[in-house]
Amino acid sequence: MHDFAYHRPSSVADAVKALGSASDGKLLAGGQSLLPTLRQRLAEPSDVIDLGAIAELKGIKVEGDGITIGATTTHAEVAASADVKKTIPALAVLAGGIGDRQVRHRGTIGGSLANNDPAADYPAAVLGLGATIRTNKREIKADDYFKGLFETALGDGEIITAVHFPKPEKAGYMKFEQPASRFCLVGVFVAKTKAGLRVAVTGAGPCVFRSKELEAALGSNFTADAAKAVKLKADGLNSDLHGSPEYRAALISVMAARAAAAAG
Amino acid sequence: MPNDIATQTGIGARVKRKEDFRFLTGRGTYTDDINRPGQTYAYILRSPHAAADIVKIDASKAKAAPGVVAVFTGADYEKGGLPAGWQIHSKDGSPMIEPPHFPLCKDKVRHVGDQVALVCAETYAQARDAAELIEVDYKETTPIVNVGDADKAGAPQVWPEAKNNVCYDWHLGDKAATDAAFAKAAHVTKIDLVNQRLIPNAMEPRAAIGDFDRATGEFTLYTTSQNPHVIRLLMGAFVLQIPEAKLRVVAPDVGGGFGSKIFHYAEEALVTWAAGKIERPVKWTAERSESFLTDAHGRDHVSHAELALDKDGKFLGLRVSTKANMGAYLSTFAPCIPTYLYATLLAGVYTTPAIYCEVKALFTHTAVVDAYRGAGRPECTYLLERLVEKAARETGMDRVEIRRKNFIPVNAFPYQTPVALQYDSGDYFSTLDMALKMSDWAGFEKRKADAKARGKLRGIGISTYIEACGIAPSAVVGSLGARAGLYECGSIRVHPTGSVTVFTGSHSHGQGHETTFAQLVSEGLGISIENVEVSHGDTNKVPFGMGTYGSRSLAVGGSALVKAMDKVIAKSKKIAAHLLEASVADIEFKDGKFTVVGTDKSKTLGEIALAAYVPHNYPITELEPGLEETAFYDPLNFTFPGGTHVCEVEVDPETGVVQVVNFTAADDIGRVINPMIVEGQVHGGVAQGIGQALLEGAAYDAESGQLLTGSYMDYCMPRADNVPNIQVGNHATMCTHNPLGSKGVGEVGAIGSPPAVINAVLDALLPLGVKDITMPATPYKVWQAIQSAKKAAE
Repeated sequence: MHDFAYHRPSSVADAVKALGSASDGKLLAGGQSLLPTLRQRLAEPSDVIDLGAIAELKGIKVEGDGITIGATTTHAEVAASADVKKTIPALAVLAGGIGDRQVRHRGTIGGSLANNDPAADYPAAVLGLGATIRTNKREIKADDYFKGLFETALGDGEIITAVHFPKPEKAGYMKFEQPASRFCLVGVFVAKTKAGLRVAVTGAGPCVFRSKELEAALGSNFTADAAKAVKLKADGLNSDLHGSPEYRAALISVMAARAAAAAG
Repeated sequence: MPNDIATQTGIGARVKRKEDFRFLTGRGTYTDDINRPGQTYAYILRSPHAAADIVKIDASKAKAAPGVVAVFTGADYEKGGLPAGWQIHSKDGSPMIEPPHFPLCKDKVRHVGDQVALVCAETYAQARDAAELIEVDYKETTPIVNVGDADKAGAPQVWPEAKNNVCYDWHLGDKAATDAAFAKAAHVTKIDLVNQRLIPNAMEPRAAIGDFDRATGEFTLYTTSQNPHVIRLLMGAFVLQIPEAKLRVVAPDVGGGFGSKIFHYAEEALVTWAAGKIERPVKWTAERSESFLTDAHGRDHVSHAELALDKDGKFLGLRVSTKANMGAYLSTFAPCIPTYLYATLLAGVYTTPAIYCEVKALFTHTAVVDAYRGAGRPECTYLLERLVEKAARETGMDRVEIRRKNFIPVNAFPYQTPVALQYDSGDYFSTLDMALKMSDWAGFEKRKADAKARGKLRGIGISTYIEACGIAPSAVVGSLGARAGLYECGSIRVHPTGSVTVFTGSHSHGQGHETTFAQLVSEGLGISIENVEVSHGDTNKVPFGMGTYGSRSLAVGGSALVKAMDKVIAKSKKIAAHLLEASVADIEFKDGKFTVVGTDKSKTLGEIALAAYVPHNYPITELEPGLEETAFYDPLNFTFPGGTHVCEVEVDPETGVVQVVNFTAADDIGRVINPMIVEGQVHGGVAQGIGQALLEGAAYDAESGQLLTGSYMDYCMPRADNVPNIQVGNHATMCTHNPLGSKGVGEVGAIGSPPAVINAVLDALLPLGVKDITMPATPYKVWQAIQSAKKAAE
């Protein structure tokens, strides 16, 4: 990797300051995407601002009838949290299935959401549960947050501080892994929420999205068979060595069915 | 005591591997662990293009960059090119096309990753930074990457001297007899197959350190090699013109090779050459992405085959036509893989009387292709076992019975095949029966019904295979175009107090030689295994060696040690006769003791060694002091392991996922020294075979020539959850022509398994009407095959 200035602030305010004064600063939350990029010299930031020492960004707490997870909470912490398992078991399952053991002990929810990799798991839960992303500046609804391939609603100098998940009536997550990377080829999060039935799909398109067809089908009949019967169009879905848009479209229904079954 | 040795640490004992303590505790010494005083670090600037003219290189900024000691380009390199170790002649008698292969490109780049410049700097980061400052003006041209298209009219040409990209157009067998067999056939089964390109992925990436001693003029190369003496020979004699006596090659602990570390690579020559130029050591270690781009790849065949059968299902003739990808250059053993390690095995385990095979080797703008675990024999076995399976389906014969019916009978050995080889021994019926029993073949239908109730399609597949290894009789391979002999060398040094150092020309890069050879010598000399150390991998220690590949270490290297032990024992008998005041003819070596027959007078090896090194009471006029013997062993024939593999899979028809649920390997590998190591070898080979069948496949973009599977994000290696518990059975018939009776085990797993897996997948998909699938049978491909079959049925 190329040289860069390394900062390890102890408050969000200091992190924002360091980011503002850098010519091309990057935030390091867990580093599971950033560090490989740096090592391959695909990014050359002037400054790397490590969020790991900021206590206010860490931790999981029950808030109202939902769960709030600090931005630098690791996937392993979410997966093991008794509060998460009790309140939103599907979220614990999702976190426990991200990457491998090493990734889960380094990678963070805030890092994943800020990066918005099209094949990441967390976006499916955040969009599927209708979560709220809290930043140092505002609250952003999940429906307004994910903007496109590696694109989010975050502005300059904006840092994710926490994510609030409302408790669903029931929810399930199922992913089909790309065989080599084991990222999501297709991941589907289904949730029966107070605001209605939500189905979020990751991996299949350039960015996580909601499937209106599956929401309608599962909204009227929350069963695996109802999901399986939905035939989705392949338009706009990703295509690569590991699957055509048609394959991904077929997998979305299958994974939705299995997610619905897992939700009980 | 000796009985204890035999049962606990001798031949046939499950001795835990001596080397594992250092490997498992991080105490191994790999090439990258070695650092030489004053060393520089090398970074190799590689071509980003598959095909381009190098119009101009300007390295001036790089040379001036911080820490840079030297920058070299193709124009600076004045030495020789990397040689091919095997010459094939085409049908018309003309020799294969051997284009020059300089370690730094001179005027063109021919694959992504080709070496363009070498930067030596005080640190690796400085070398890499400086490389970014080298300005290369490329004029891109259109590449050709697919071997199936490489000889078509209008295809881009890799080398002007290789018209239509043909390296050679070779054949083997009796065409007229084969045509005649087809003319009288009751049924002909035809198949088109692709044996896809694989990337070896040894855990340790390649590395090399070149060192030059100004005081003595000696060069040393530390390298990740399976055969340091071969590298010394090739690099010293052909590339850099350094006499053997001035060149030491050390291959220390090596973390996996699978064939990919046999070959002489450009980087080895470059660091050695550059060390001489700058008179400082030069160290290079590949990054994983460089391994993907520049390690020699494996397989990459496109074939058409036809099998002629009579009305009873007996095989009458076999016709095969194969295109084999060589990549952009000829790697060390590349020319012999799709010829003498492939077509010569086409009889398989069957009595097919007439066989004809044509092989066209083609250049493409891709990484070189050479031996990879099995090398030619997996390609052959896959072709035969897919073809036989298809013939059974087409004729309605039972898949097992068609094989049994065509097996070479047990009493037919030695058996001369129509494709040059003579099999010395084998019993394919017993390994078949063993595999059927172990896999509960008979109970499959019930398991299939159970799976169906769970929504899964269950299939079972079989492969009955043979391979030729224990490579190889020098005179035979010489007549077939090998430019080297393929014997092995071993030395036994009995130290004055009776411990023994074994020097072997074989090289262990995971195989466990330090244990297997110690067991062999411990039992052979009647000493404790703790008193035997095995030394390998250093041309300054081991007299000579041809190295480890082709499952040859025990059959050839082990046999050399047996010969050396025979010499040690013969000399020891003479010493014992002197010490015991008996005649040599009356000395018997048994249970670790040299005894005067019929008496209790005896000497141990330790006592004899002491007498040999402290020759106060010694037959000094008849016998030299010391107790050390060297033997070279040149095998009389190849060895022919064979057996039956049975695979059982479950397919999820909704997603296309194939799960291997059972795997049985019943092999005949001759005498086994350490069953635990043998089972490990089979497990690893089967894992690689499952990898080829279901997961792995190198893909180049047809237009740009970029490697699409250049990292683990897209190249799928088998993981623990892809591999089931593997049942390993063994039914040995002894090799008849080496002193151990051993045949070799390193490659059988990777050779026998891929067709068993694919035949199982096709068996599972049969009810849906799927008739063919290409490797790797990824979920996506299986799903596509199911959709196509559904459409066809509509």
